[in-house]
Amino acid sequence: MTDIHAKEQTNIKFTVESLNLFYGDFQALNDINLTIEKNEITALIGPSGCGKSTFLKTLNRMNDLEPNVTINGNIYLDSVDVNKDMDAIELRKRVSMVFQQPNPFPKSVYDNVAYGPRINGIRKKTQLDEIVERSLKQAAIWDEVKDRLHKSALGLSGGQQQRLCIARTLALEPEVILMDEPTSALDPISTMKIEDLASELKKNYTIVIVTHNMQQASRISDKTAFFLLGNLVEFDTTITLFSQPSDKRTEEYITGRFG
Amino acid sequence: MHDSPMKKRIKKAKTVDSLMTKIFYIFGSFFLFFLLILAAYIIGKGVIDFYPELLTFTSKGIGNQFFNTIYLVFLSLVISVPLGVAAGIYMAEYSKDGKFLTFLRICIESLSSLPSIVVGLFGYLVFILMTGAKWNLMAGALAVSILSLPLITTTTEDAIRSLPKGFKEGSMALGASQWRTISKVLLPACLPRIATGIILAAGRGFGEAAALLYTAGQSTIINWSNWDITSPTCPLNPFRPGETLSLHIWGMRTEGSLNPNASAIANFSAAVLVIMVLAFSLLARVITRRISKKSGGLI
Amino acid sequence: MSTHKTGTLPSAKQSAFQKFKNEYFWRYLIITCGLFIILLTLGIGFFLVVKGSGTFTEFHHSVWEFLFSSDWSPMDSTTESGGGVGAAIYIFGSISTCTLALLFVAPFSITSAILMTEIAPNSGTKIFQPAIEIFVGIPSVVYGWIGLTVLVPFIKHLFHPKMGGYSVLAASIVLAVMIFPTITTVAADAIRSVSSDYRKAAYGMGSTRWQVIYKVIIPAATPGILTGVILGLARAFGEALAVAMVIGKTRAFPANILSPTNNLTAAIASDMGNSATGGEQNMALWTMALLLFIISIFFIFLIHIISGKEKKKHA
Repeated sequence: MTDIHAKEQTNIKFTVESLNLFYGDFQALNDINLTIEKNEITALIGPSGCGKSTFLKTLNRMNDLEPNVTINGNIYLDSVDVNKDMDAIELRKRVSMVFQQPNPFPKSVYDNVAYGPRINGIRKKTQLDEIVERSLKQAAIWDEVKDRLHKSALGLSGGQQQRLCIARTLALEPEVILMDEPTSALDPISTMKIEDLASELKKNYTIVIVTHNMQQASRISDKTAFFLLGNLVEFDTTITLFSQPSDKRTEEYITGRFG
Repeated sequence: MHDSPMKKRIKKAKTVDSLMTKIFYIFGSFFLFFLLILAAYIIGKGVIDFYPELLTFTSKGIGNQFFNTIYLVFLSLVISVPLGVAAGIYMAEYSKDGKFLTFLRICIESLSSLPSIVVGLFGYLVFILMTGAKWNLMAGALAVSILSLPLITTTTEDAIRSLPKGFKEGSMALGASQWRTISKVLLPACLPRIATGIILAAGRGFGEAAALLYTAGQSTIINWSNWDITSPTCPLNPFRPGETLSLHIWGMRTEGSLNPNASAIANFSAAVLVIMVLAFSLLARVITRRISKKSGGLI
Repeated sequence: MSTHKTGTLPSAKQSAFQKFKNEYFWRYLIITCGLFIILLTLGIGFFLVVKGSGTFTEFHHSVWEFLFSSDWSPMDSTTESGGGVGAAIYIFGSISTCTLALLFVAPFSITSAILMTEIAPNSGTKIFQPAIEIFVGIPSVVYGWIGLTVLVPFIKHLFHPKMGGYSVLAASIVLAVMIFPTITTVAADAIRSVSSDYRKAAYGMGSTRWQVIYKVIIPAATPGILTGVILGLARAFGEALAVAMVIGKTRAFPANILSPTNNLTAAIASDMGNSATGGEQNMALWTMALLLFIISIFFIFLIHIISGKEKKKHA
């Protein structure tokens, strides 16, 4: 890994060094070292409870919202320590997140997408209109909602809601998008749409996706990290990890022997 | 007798069951019907005793008292709603579980179970005796605020806590601060539920009497052409004495009343109060039903 | 910088002032409101204790005298003292009317709660629940007024008591009607929250409905029902004007339930305004208010004990 570090210094978005995370006395993440590169999709896989979602949340400090969490080690975003030298709110604007359950606000489609820009002080209607349209188009949902922009977002289907949530994230123009099992609550067709969308978005964004679905990881990601019991067992290019895993546990997991 | 003991027992159990069911129907619905008849009686009596002057703003009418009631409840909501909603937000979002929150909960419980006459005395002591003021609407409004504060606080807390976790996470993940998340996402999402709580609090405020006995006072002199807000007879002056409808009924009880129309006034006032309470409860129910329909049980 | 950046959004960094305006100001304001409730409660308790203890500290009466003596002859002046401050009649008036009210209403409340949850749940949620919730809101003065104009003459007509219809009975009935919604709502909630597994298990073994109710539901819901009863009792103890209108306000122990008497709340309501601030009578009335406060705290304490025991059982 030090190899990659030296060779592609400028392409690195996140550097994680010796990261440990505790819920009270329970250690949920154990000495994680990892780099995440720009304009790539990095997939985090592993059986449930392995720490992959917990790890994802450390990248934009969503763990701050939970009580009794202690973190040590360093996470650098563009070589700035996110825990020490950055405000959580500023961080989350740059590293935004899409959740497992689609969670549109109980507002109109338009107001959902405009939420981020508005809290950043954009008030002008023409500017908001422009951002909303661009974001919805980027999230490949514009055609489906353009006639009902001012109706409640709760009336959309699950798959549409999830793409709306992605649009809501895009409106913030983040640098990194974190996705926590974004398709696990969706049907196969919606899943496909989201996967296509992710592949499209990586041109402009860095994406980190947690998935329980190995096919999904192999279909869309460039790098894959395999987590087990709070440890990062293996991290490599997706092709290598799935074809020639170097760790026996990885092999057992991807061939479906457990998990 | 060819029934086995087993069959006999079952037969007996069935007889007892149907007998008890009848008893439950009779006893269980007795009070309900009683209350319905009571409500019908109160409203009917008010209608029978009605004479047109009841609607006037004179000593023969209840216009002034009606206005005082509305104005006093309005003033009390102006005080208790911001305080109660803020305290509810505190409990749902800012406080950490622990001894302090438990203590706060015990305080709210204690407040909500305080006899209203005790709250009235506290109001009398602090807002009248200690300020050296005369009976006034503001003192009454403050006393009623103390009574409605617990209801508004707990409604707000419950409403926020029952929102899906995703609302908060979604907003925080977009880089919104906690207060932005609360004010722009959480509060708008549970506004109808909070509104229901406020309406119920208002409904109770209308009927409050014991807390006003020594705060808002039992007299009212209003000059409807006087709009100088500092004048003690100006309708909108919150620092004038202001007898409410419920206190008016109290004042009309036969012993102390010199008003020849006392019983008609009291009957009509009672009917108006009951109708107001019914209307507010129904309004609250309608809002609640609207919410559950609209959100499909989500909120 | 990647190419998609259009630069429409302002920098993510906030100035210190913006941060204060958007976050800290509101946070502190809200925390202040939370603290205010605590201060308010403590304040009420504090003032009641200060004012109410004057009878014992300033006028040197004993707690025993206040609670158990029936000699009520306090001086109504700021300079004189030495009268009796025995509030036993008022205390007994409160206890007797509330107990009687509870005896009247408890059977009806509990059967109503069972009817609307177990026997007729449909009309329970459609008719009973809304109706009862509405009756919670009927002002107590209105109950008092109906008691005064209908119940008191009715009792007088029926039993011809010497002192007219004003009586312990009238006060108890008015209180019973007032606390019916409270007890019924809480008891119904308690019954509804009994796990349906218990019901299924009992019905599965061939129990009749009455057996399920009597043997399974009621025992399981007892703590909740008790909580409802205590809440109702608390409401009855604190009710002032409705009782004051029908109890007769006579300073004597009632000879029977048709005799008039007086209670704590009615005495405070009618005498506080006419007593000289700081005088012996005034102080004694404050002590009565303090007693009411202590009683209401005691009821909350009792409810916590009941629900605490329940939690332990299930833990």
